[in-house]
Amino acid sequence: MSENTIAAISSPLGEGGIGVIRISGENAIAVADASFCAVSGKKLSSLKGYSAAFGNVVLADGSPLDEAVALVFRAPKSYTGEDVVEISVHGGLEIQKQALRRITECGASLAEAGEFTKRAFLNGKMPLSKAESVMALISAKGEAALAISRAAAGGSIDRAVKEIIELLKETAAGISAYSDFPDEELVGARPCDFEKLLKKVSGKLLTLIKNYDTGKLIREGIDCAIVGKPNVGKSTLMNLLSGNERSIVTEIPGTTRDIIESAVQIEDLTLNLSDTAGIRLTDDVVEAAGVDRAKKKIENASLILALFDGSKEVDSDDKLLLSSLKDKPVVIIINKTDLKQKISPNIFDGFPVVYMSAKEKTGVGDLVKTIKEVCKISHLSNNDAVLINERQLSCVKAAYKSVKDAECDLASGMTVDAVGVLIDDALEQLFTLTGERVTEAVCDEIFKRFCVGK
Amino acid sequence: MIPKYKAEDYDVAVIGGGHAGIEAALAAARLNTKTVMFSISLDFIGNMPCNPSIGGTAKGHLVRELDALGGEMGKAADKTSIQSRMLNRGKGPAVYSLRAQIDRRAYSGYMKQTVEKQKNLDVKQAEIVDLYKEDGLWHLVTRLGAVYTAKCVIIATGTFLAGKVYIGEVNYESGPDGMFPAIGLSEALKKIGLPLRRFKTGTPARVAKDSIDFSAMELQEGDSVTEPFSFSTKTPPENRVVCHIAYTNDKTKEIILDNLHRSPLYSGVIEGVGPRYCPSIEDKIVRFADKRRHQLFIEPCGENTDEMYLQGMSSSLPEEVQIKFYKTIKGLENVKVMRNAYAIEYDCVDPLYLTASLETKNGDGLFGAGQFNGSSGYEEAAAQGLVAGINAARKVKNLPPLILPRSSSYIGTLIDDLVTKGCMDPYRMMTSRSEYRLVLRQDNADERLMPIGKEIGLIDDETYADFIKRKEQKHEEIKRVKATYLSPSKELNAFLKKVGTTPIVTGCCLADMIKRPQLSYDMLAEFDKDRPDLSYAIRQKVETEIKYEGYIKRQLATVKKTEALEKKKIPDNIDYEKIKGLRLEAVEKLKKILPASIGQASRISGVSPADISVLLIYLNKGGSL
Repeated sequence: MSENTIAAISSPLGEGGIGVIRISGENAIAVADASFCAVSGKKLSSLKGYSAAFGNVVLADGSPLDEAVALVFRAPKSYTGEDVVEISVHGGLEIQKQALRRITECGASLAEAGEFTKRAFLNGKMPLSKAESVMALISAKGEAALAISRAAAGGSIDRAVKEIIELLKETAAGISAYSDFPDEELVGARPCDFEKLLKKVSGKLLTLIKNYDTGKLIREGIDCAIVGKPNVGKSTLMNLLSGNERSIVTEIPGTTRDIIESAVQIEDLTLNLSDTAGIRLTDDVVEAAGVDRAKKKIENASLILALFDGSKEVDSDDKLLLSSLKDKPVVIIINKTDLKQKISPNIFDGFPVVYMSAKEKTGVGDLVKTIKEVCKISHLSNNDAVLINERQLSCVKAAYKSVKDAECDLASGMTVDAVGVLIDDALEQLFTLTGERVTEAVCDEIFKRFCVGK
Repeated sequence: MIPKYKAEDYDVAVIGGGHAGIEAALAAARLNTKTVMFSISLDFIGNMPCNPSIGGTAKGHLVRELDALGGEMGKAADKTSIQSRMLNRGKGPAVYSLRAQIDRRAYSGYMKQTVEKQKNLDVKQAEIVDLYKEDGLWHLVTRLGAVYTAKCVIIATGTFLAGKVYIGEVNYESGPDGMFPAIGLSEALKKIGLPLRRFKTGTPARVAKDSIDFSAMELQEGDSVTEPFSFSTKTPPENRVVCHIAYTNDKTKEIILDNLHRSPLYSGVIEGVGPRYCPSIEDKIVRFADKRRHQLFIEPCGENTDEMYLQGMSSSLPEEVQIKFYKTIKGLENVKVMRNAYAIEYDCVDPLYLTASLETKNGDGLFGAGQFNGSSGYEEAAAQGLVAGINAARKVKNLPPLILPRSSSYIGTLIDDLVTKGCMDPYRMMTSRSEYRLVLRQDNADERLMPIGKEIGLIDDETYADFIKRKEQKHEEIKRVKATYLSPSKELNAFLKKVGTTPIVTGCCLADMIKRPQLSYDMLAEFDKDRPDLSYAIRQKVETEIKYEGYIKRQLATVKKTEALEKKKIPDNIDYEKIKGLRLEAVEKLKKILPASIGQASRISGVSPADISVLLIYLNKGGSL
């Protein structure tokens, strides 16, 4: 794996106090020695692990580029499990780039995204789920996304899954003890005990599955369609949200002229907004096509922001729109609260409603709060385990299905040996998620929990 | 120095006449190699120094598997069974397990006669005190100075090897049941380079039948319909005796706790590691302090003896303490102990030193079986004995060894566990040790293994023809059941309601009806007029295969998945130290165990999935990492 030595700037790109270039691999120390010269004159190769040297990054002609500190880590006691040198230079991006260029000249190749973490995983330095979390952390956008990824990298997924695994092992151990020691009086190892445990497990798995959707919304942003009649204030709202202080606006031309998309960030939410044509009855062929697309957008969106003009009375187009929003994840926005209100709010009964004036920039806080409620993301705390990717989700889903089957079969009177197969299945899935194996663990559990003997 | 003399030359020599030694010697002789079996006492060939029973959970599976491969244990047990029970009825066919009380002297007699009559097999009473290789042949030296040679040697020494008995403050060198221990052999084995260690086990007291008040105990009878172990036994054994259940109480606990300091286990005199699943009564009371009572079973040791075995009450406390606490048990107030309980410590090998053929890693024709390999139990021993015997004979004939994959059998699982994971305490087979429980049932051991037994040469034509007939009958009946439809009738629906399942409105496939948890194949007989007359075993099999079809398919899918990893062979010449990315611990374990496949490597503790991915990448790149 480490036949090639890799290097990359490992601190965030940009201006900062210092920038860190990490070199990892079999020749990491040799490469660093070729590009770095310690003031003391000592070679890095003569240093023990966890030691630092002060000196300069030197160019091919021997001239110093910048003052630097080199930190030496020796395999396997490093992030990647290989020999690692971290060279800290001054923060300027240009200096960092030049230093990196020099290091690659000396024999390192540029690391691919996440390659340090991949090596750390392959060298057994971290479990798979944690490695995946680190990758998510690297690519997280938005504060909440960062918090989730940080929790995951800290092992929150591992802990949550391990807790479930323990419960399943307890169930499997109970079933095994019940079958393997039929002559013993075993407390806590009867079919009714298994039912209770399985119920607990399926509940926990379901929470993980549900949190995944929320986590995904936070990580990837909420696909959000803005709908409403023309002149109801859609553009103003969009500008308001986009103009938010912390937002990242990337205007991507839509596939059609009448859908404009932009990713905005308000507070800790990321919204992938698309502005659609208004929905109304029309004879115009071109406009009808736009309306169709808007309807499609409504179908596919994770969230719909439906705008109504508070200064006007409800008309048939409004009613038409409203009828298409039944049972959809929607927030009704009654805009233009700065004007005299003529709308009768009764027709919005049953919908979550937010009053705002896009023009006067009021009501954004309410909007965020309501969106979180509608998307059920208000309950996630920073320490909650949130699955990071589809691989993890599919493991948990498969485990959930097996556990549900087991619950159902047990209740219908199926024998425990068959139920045991389903529990093994579920365990296998979860062990796949974290990267472990099954039957040994169950045997050990038996001895821990039950008094058995001849 | 004892004067030596040259004795006979053999192909295969088996040291030990216990359950492992018997199967090993019989298999080797039946495969036409000139075989000798040494036993310290010919009166104790096939002795049962502990439970007077064979089978039990997972162990019953092992006996059926042995039988399917051509072993003797099942036949002997059927001939000498005095009570038979199928355990775990109601818990599912994967865990049904046959267990029989055995007349232990009759069993021993049957086995002695069987080995005596076996062609190609010599049986000798002798203690082997030295073992070494010279001129390409193993030399076995007896205490009396006879020097035998053999091409292959199977060590099946059980608890005899440097055996030491402990009762309270008393301890002395001894084999089980008052036999002589094997003294010199350990030194010879160490000289050869085998890493030996100490394990211990124990057995409860035997007490006089007429000193027990059975009226104060629960009765445990045999099954009304009994089943044999062996696929060749035509007449199922009869129940001739009953067992009883009794319980310890607070007083028992008190006496034991008061005298704990007198136990060699707690005073630290015993260095050997005991079996976790088979703790002594003092162990159970200490480890499970909140349990108020423990069960014990009173089992007859045979028809022609008054000795009764107290299952669950093994102990190494002093004799006077034993008598005291046995007497606290309801029904045992006036009990007369005939043989005291004791612990026994013995030498055995670290099985990681063996390959799956049960030969030592250096492939010099030395095999191990039974307790010597770190296992515990008659059935586990016999299973290994058979495999070692087969492989020793095959080695003599220059044939490749028989290696049973985990997915084929409990025997394969047992051996793979031993040689891959090793064991820290005497290893006992349990159904939970197999990830293929639903496929590896005791009822289909013949389908799984008899073709292998036939190919090896231990299953005769008649037995095999019988098997083929059974298999076809089952197959035909499953086909018929799947194609038969029951139409709704008043009688059928009344019956369905009675057993608590929904009545039918249209014709319903018989197979689908059998799948309902409330119904069985036999229950529907009255509504299925065209049913052929089939044996109980076949009817059971039909039911199981239909009822559990979905689960079985599921497990077979898993088997297939793991087989891919089993098929990924690791070349013999691999140099783990050269593979970058393997952790140090993994390198050490892999170098020690030398797994044959990625599948086996993945089961080694200390080798992480990350190590396996590194190995896979290395192998896929053709060894250029």
